[in-house]
Amino acid sequence: MSLKQEPEQALKTPGQAGEVALPDFKRRRRRFNYTPFLLLLPATLFLAIFFLYPMLQSFIIAFQDSQGGFTFDNIDTMVKDTNFGDALKYTLLFIVIIVPLQVVLALIMALVINTGLKWAGFFLYIWTIPLAISDLAAGIVWYSIFTNHGYINQILIQLGLTQTPIDFLSFENPTLVFVAVVIAELWRATAIVMVILVAGLQVIPRAYTEAAEVFGASPWQRLWHVTLPMLKPSLQVALILRTILAFQTFALVFALAGRIMPVLAGEAYKWYNDVRNVGVAATYALLILLLSLANTFIYLRFLNTKAEELA
Amino acid sequence: MKRYFPLGVVLTLLATLLLSACGDNTAAPVATTAAASATTAAGAVTTAAGAATTAAAGAATTAAAQANAGDIVWLSTQLSAVQENEGFTKNVLNSFNGKVNYIQKDNGPYTDQILSEEKAGKVTVSLLGGLHGDFPPFIQNDLLEDLTPLAAKLKDRGIPQTFLDLGKMGTNKQYYIPWMQATYVMAYNKKALQYLPAGADANKLTYDQFRDWAAAIQKGTGERKLGIPAGPKGLYNRLLQGYLYPAYTGGEVTGFRSPEAVQMWTYLKDLWKYANPQSVSYEFMQEPLQSGEVWLTIDHTARLIDAVKSKPDDFVLAPAPSGAKGLAFMPVLAGMAIPKGAPNKAGAEALIDFISTPQTQINTTRQVAFFPVVKADLPADLAPGIKAEAAAVAAQSSAPNALPSLLPVGLGAQNGDFNKVYTDTFTRIILKNEDIKTVLEDETKIMNNVLNTAKAPCWSPDPPSTGPCQVK
Repeated sequence: MSLKQEPEQALKTPGQAGEVALPDFKRRRRRFNYTPFLLLLPATLFLAIFFLYPMLQSFIIAFQDSQGGFTFDNIDTMVKDTNFGDALKYTLLFIVIIVPLQVVLALIMALVINTGLKWAGFFLYIWTIPLAISDLAAGIVWYSIFTNHGYINQILIQLGLTQTPIDFLSFENPTLVFVAVVIAELWRATAIVMVILVAGLQVIPRAYTEAAEVFGASPWQRLWHVTLPMLKPSLQVALILRTILAFQTFALVFALAGRIMPVLAGEAYKWYNDVRNVGVAATYALLILLLSLANTFIYLRFLNTKAEELA
Repeated sequence: MKRYFPLGVVLTLLATLLLSACGDNTAAPVATTAAASATTAAGAVTTAAGAATTAAAGAATTAAAQANAGDIVWLSTQLSAVQENEGFTKNVLNSFNGKVNYIQKDNGPYTDQILSEEKAGKVTVSLLGGLHGDFPPFIQNDLLEDLTPLAAKLKDRGIPQTFLDLGKMGTNKQYYIPWMQATYVMAYNKKALQYLPAGADANKLTYDQFRDWAAAIQKGTGERKLGIPAGPKGLYNRLLQGYLYPAYTGGEVTGFRSPEAVQMWTYLKDLWKYANPQSVSYEFMQEPLQSGEVWLTIDHTARLIDAVKSKPDDFVLAPAPSGAKGLAFMPVLAGMAIPKGAPNKAGAEALIDFISTPQTQINTTRQVAFFPVVKADLPADLAPGIKAEAAAVAAQSSAPNALPSLLPVGLGAQNGDFNKVYTDTFTRIILKNEDIKTVLEDETKIMNNVLNTAKAPCWSPDPPSTGPCQVK
């Protein structure tokens, strides 16, 4: 966002920043300015107490045996577990398929909202409704749509398209179950990406697109060469947030796919809640943390926005 | 102002998202749990409201039975369904002379609350309610009071000795007093009766007849209408431990990899062909029964009760099928325990006394699908659903070939690992189609390790062992 403000400031500086503003800056520089630190303090404390401390604690638990000694047993148990391979596979598969789909969809939705058409604001409200629904509730809603005696099958039977219900959620057809989960997850969590992109679009000054228009750029060219590069910081935030959240999703997958599609967060929950083995649960949590960190690093590295790109 | 409107909308939405995300973490993946956590929150609110009434109690009345027992926080893993929870607090606990805050939590948070309260040295809970398998972590950390004197006081209530022994968890201390019992029974839709194999009696099925019935239903309707609660929170591990294994091998553990066990898994693979392919996400069988997706199933009585309560004319409950070694069934036992350092120990003891009276036990049965553990004759005016359930439970336990299979005894912290052996075996053999013998050999090693760590001797119906119980 700061990048976007630079041209504006550059325009203002020569004309407006005269003798009135400069002494003010000077006076401020003389004393140490505590305000930014004070403003950051509550958030830092919050993060330290509720995120950093538990994170360190789970890190310790992951390498602790029942007597409190150091051990790699938890990692060993996790890796050798029947569900580990599947959980890792499905989690990564979900992310690889769902996140790009969501970004494309969200971008289209955000562009529609940003057109400023008469009903655009209305769509913003409608599309963000799923945000207020918990993933478990969303899972149950979609379960009632896809199940044997659910809405889709009722409609198909009423229309005479099938005699007996189609098993969308059959353990015999994991691909179909996977598609159902993808649809449900798209419905549930695309809005968060859209909201970030809408915010990003709103701060792009119209002047750029208008200038491109004057030079005869087609709408497609304007999107590709003006809007998208300017939207890169927002896209980065949206991708990081969405992918991290996707690593944590499991209630929706539990509700739709049951036992056949284990995911990492779900395994952590099961080891903690059902098996009551905190060590292995913490190891899973640690793995999710590492994957999230790696993924954030990749996004920051490869979606790096350079100031000159925007100039 | 107008310029900031979109930003305002975005911030509001982000706040909503954060709030809903925080809410998610407490919700476990079953609908009823989500609802239950809402009631838990409500329970916590009433705690504060009731605090003022405590001080005045006690001194005025002389007879101990009439004395106000004061404030009691009862933390429990049981009665997670909103209706059950409300019925129990409003219609059972209300007649107790004292202020009881019944708080229901899932097993994980429940255990952690007690462990951390004890660690912090500030116990707020006076009474613990839970299933037999919920107590081991507390016993391992020596956090429970020995209730032997209270058990002696309640001797005239007629609690069966097997139940009291289970409450000792393999020691000589009475860690919990039995609270209520349930079991797993078969349930079917009356529409399924037309497909019952010739010569079979729905009340005395064998497992082979049970499979043939499921097959006939599929042939007749074109749908697989046998349901198995094999979802993430489904209780099919108990069906393996307490029903199929003992019915085929005569025990839960020792015959884990015996030829009879191989035969059982072969049977289950065969049966699974007729099971609704959504069985992997079924948790409470009353739901698919009511929707008509499932016509035939076996599940915990508390997870079938809604179906028989709402449509007593459509659904029938019957004893589970039998195998070569008998009609194996697992009685499920819930108990009450007092944590060490409980703020109101006397009140908790008075509450246990109250809960164990025949009248309260009958009232409990009226509200929830659990049955008395004390000597109490169920009245004739029970709701049709509960009555049907009581009849099925009685028929099952009094069958001539009945083979009661107890919940694991003395496993301590290894309880979860023990269950995982069964669910993993199921996943590998049934869902991943791995070779039966190889899987049983692999899992036997894990099972023996679990039992060695717990040092648990064999429990009924396995023959008694010297040293830890081991797979033969």
